[in-house]
Amino acid sequence: MLRPFKQQLFLGSTMMISGAEIVVRCLQEEKVDCVFGYPGGSVLHIYDALFKQDQIKHVLVRHEQAAVHAADAFSRSSQRVGVALVTSGPGVTNTVTGIATAYMDSIPMVVLTGQVPTFYIGQDAFQECDTVGITRPCVKHNFLVKDVKDLAMTIKKAFHIASTGRPGPVVVDIPKDITAQMCEFEYPKSIQMRSYNPVVKGHLGQIKKAVQILKEAKRPIIYAGGGVILSDAAQKLTELAHKLKFPVTNTLMGLGGYPATDKQFLGMLGMHGTFEANNAMHYADVILAVGARFDDRVIGNPDHFGEEKRRVIHIDIDPSSISKRVKVDVPIVGNVGDVIDELLKLMDSDFKTDPDVDNWWKQIDEWRSRDSLRYKQAEHIMPQYVMEKLYEVTNGEAFITSDVGQHQMFAAQYYKFDKPRRWINSGGLGTMGVGLPYGMGVLMANPDAQVACVTGEGSIQMCIQELSTCKQYGFPIKIINLNNGMLGMVRQWQEMFYSKRYSQSYVTSLPDFVKLAEAYGHVGMKIERIEDVEPALRKAFTEHKNDLVFMDFIIDPVANVFPMVSAGKGLTEMILAEDL
Amino acid sequence: MRHIISILIENESGALSRVAGLFSARGYNIETLTVAPTEDPSLSRMTILTWGSDEVLEQVTKQLNKLIDVVKVVDLSEAAHVERELMLIKVRATGKDREEMKRMADIFRGRIIDVTESTYVIELTGAGSKLDSFIAGIDAGLILETVRTGVCGIGRGDRILKV
Repeated sequence: MLRPFKQQLFLGSTMMISGAEIVVRCLQEEKVDCVFGYPGGSVLHIYDALFKQDQIKHVLVRHEQAAVHAADAFSRSSQRVGVALVTSGPGVTNTVTGIATAYMDSIPMVVLTGQVPTFYIGQDAFQECDTVGITRPCVKHNFLVKDVKDLAMTIKKAFHIASTGRPGPVVVDIPKDITAQMCEFEYPKSIQMRSYNPVVKGHLGQIKKAVQILKEAKRPIIYAGGGVILSDAAQKLTELAHKLKFPVTNTLMGLGGYPATDKQFLGMLGMHGTFEANNAMHYADVILAVGARFDDRVIGNPDHFGEEKRRVIHIDIDPSSISKRVKVDVPIVGNVGDVIDELLKLMDSDFKTDPDVDNWWKQIDEWRSRDSLRYKQAEHIMPQYVMEKLYEVTNGEAFITSDVGQHQMFAAQYYKFDKPRRWINSGGLGTMGVGLPYGMGVLMANPDAQVACVTGEGSIQMCIQELSTCKQYGFPIKIINLNNGMLGMVRQWQEMFYSKRYSQSYVTSLPDFVKLAEAYGHVGMKIERIEDVEPALRKAFTEHKNDLVFMDFIIDPVANVFPMVSAGKGLTEMILAEDL
Repeated sequence: MRHIISILIENESGALSRVAGLFSARGYNIETLTVAPTEDPSLSRMTILTWGSDEVLEQVTKQLNKLIDVVKVVDLSEAAHVERELMLIKVRATGKDREEMKRMADIFRGRIIDVTESTYVIELTGAGSKLDSFIAGIDAGLILETVRTGVCGIGRGDRILKV
């Protein structure tokens, strides 16, 4: 339990503690039990305060970027706010990729950064940088604490802002002298901000309009994104979809927000979406968009998408996501979960959908029969096959973290997520290197989980140093390295759009990943034959359940991701594997 | 379309850079920007003159509202409002030009607020177009320096922007 702080001073009747201790106490008040970080000069007082308590565990990463990615995955895989702690200057600049990654995917996170003492700020001091300036465009909000009296309130605000409304990362920059100063501590119980009051409940009149349109829909689709997961509304969405009997498609960020094995599920849509999902989205007469933002990877060419006449209902907590790229007929600003509750309430016993929806399903089944995710086995191991086997071996129960590239799309297409918060990837920013630190964050939030990191030999090397962290804390991540010796997605584009001029997309001098894993004290496996795929996976998840296993799958070097909507093309102008 | 956006924002350090940064990051235009604390010193009022289609302006106001420090945003030009801009202009005022400058300042209801043997500083307020006409109306070779505040504006009658 919490040991008393040695430096507690009693002045009169009030208890004075240092700024550093205030930081730790605030984290405890927020029920934070784990912080990912890396120490340095400006945060030494805070690290000293951490040392003197044992309520909050600290995970020492090997690079600050990984601390932020891990905190981000901690949030994605639970429902809690991840916390990272880094020092000033380079500590901060190293976090920027991680912060931007979380910002693009609306992940609640608090990043505490050290700063040079207040009286040095602006003098180009050692390890000084303008943290608030550098992070401003990629945070939901940030603070520079200039007075120890404001410290507790600022941290309270940071957690409040990060986790409410459309969530996002918040940075709190704390100068070193502030962490040394003594102050009374009282953690604010609640918070009032005149400038920040996010809407939760949707407008009832709008919701009524939506119900009417859903009744009239003949070719409807439910298009659900990451907002469903962020608002923990997967169950409610499923209930709504079952009641309506409408087809459902998920964005990359939405996977798991609707059970992938459900018969109403059409798969992911967008650039690498299924034939049925993309066609249904394009030809729908009513789109119910739930916590999604019609981004460029989802709807393809907006002019092509705009050619069809349709009505769009859009539920989102962020008004700026509505009518940003696609004109919306019925905007409903509110928390997805609350709005779905209201929708369900209004669908009483005589609520009936249009009988024409049956014909729509016939059309969808025809599209489905194209079996757009079919692939041919080749001489080499096909990456799709590895994903299918991974799904079987883990019974679809694993947390899958992924890096960015072809392997990410294969995982998204072939691993069927029935539960939310199991698919952990960088959707918006597309950050290579997140997979391994994401695994660490997932395991801190879900210590007993099976975690597989689906990656490639390009991505994994962007944060490979974290193999050392994994050893220190015993994170038994199964690294599924789909090794084609190529930056696969870059190579795919070069093959298709640059006449096979493979400019810098091949990786030579790859390390021996088996030896590398062993050098870090882990288990390494190299899998080259198709028949070895399943036994190797089984071995990794049983015999080596408690080990980190680096599985280097030597896969078909020319395998491509299909279907594919090329950049600038319309959603229905897909290239299918069968066309080639 | 020309729009005047009024913003009430927490008077905290960095607030201006959040607004300016948002405009540059999202590719919106700032033609002029003025800012100063209000009668409540914890709040600043900012006025931004910008150009954009209705869709762009909808995004501008939504994105501004998303900034945590922003308390209120209003597009003043949506309804009846008054707008003014202040200009200080330093001109050469010698020989026959000296009398001419005085006359021009009078015509535009300007005031001469600094006088030397060879120069005047003229203070002018009005809509931006009036200030433009003044500049166009005098001999360009006589202008030594101009400084303009940018547009500030307020709604007419009962249109009030307050917390």
